[in-house]
Amino acid sequence: MARQTRIRTKTQDGHTEILVLVNHPMETGQRVDPKTKEKVPAHFIQKMAFTLNGKEVAVADLGVAVSKDPLVGVKLKGAKAGDKVKVTWSDNKGESNSADAVV
Amino acid sequence: MTHLHRRTFLKGTLGATTLALAASAGLLKPERVLAAEWSKPAFEAKSINDALKALFGASQATASGSIKIKAPIQAENGAVVPIAVSAALPNVQGLAVFVEKNAQPLVASVALTGAEGYFSARMKMGQTSDVHVVCRAGGKLYSAKQTIKVTVGGCGG
Repeated sequence: MARQTRIRTKTQDGHTEILVLVNHPMETGQRVDPKTKEKVPAHFIQKMAFTLNGKEVAVADLGVAVSKDPLVGVKLKGAKAGDKVKVTWSDNKGESNSADAVV
Repeated sequence: MTHLHRRTFLKGTLGATTLALAASAGLLKPERVLAAEWSKPAFEAKSINDALKALFGASQATASGSIKIKAPIQAENGAVVPIAVSAALPNVQGLAVFVEKNAQPLVASVALTGAEGYFSARMKMGQTSDVHVVCRAGGKLYSAKQTIKVTVGGCGG
């Protein structure tokens, strides 16, 4: 099932911030399940790519130390109203999703 | 006599493996520059220096006042520590965030190809620790750090 991915942009003084919120457990692989006493396998987002009008502007590599339901932000300079931003993420279990927004 | 053979055999294989290792290290380099692959060795590194070497191929970073870390001085919940990093340096190519005392210090590494030198996220911290930010700009590494106090750790159960 595709996980909920939300994207939002905020423009202020010519700088546009892209904020992405993904509903994801971000398991470290070190946590122990209190019931079964077994380690919960790692499950986390590894790649997050941001594009502006189809051109890649930033690629974030995330580790297990990023909190669950990650909220990640990057900033763009000079993005105009109507520009399309898109984020695509993929995790270590091969799940992925994307979301797009208009500035 | 059999032992001698064994020695020479071992020596031969050892030489071959070191060669193979060197070759694979050389082959891996361009990948690192393109940041196409999620850097497993960097994220699994146990120290900041090792992670830096795996990420940028160098661990020497100059302290810079142009890198601003916006994070709480004291975080009540180590599972969610908001951090925002901005680097006012020319030609910012990448940013990396490390938590010194986490088992795996590297939190995130961002390759920037058009976006500004800015990155924000929420991270987990096991205990009170220095947070290091390393910025790659114009082929050089710059760093900044801040201590964040954690009341309740965010790693483990």
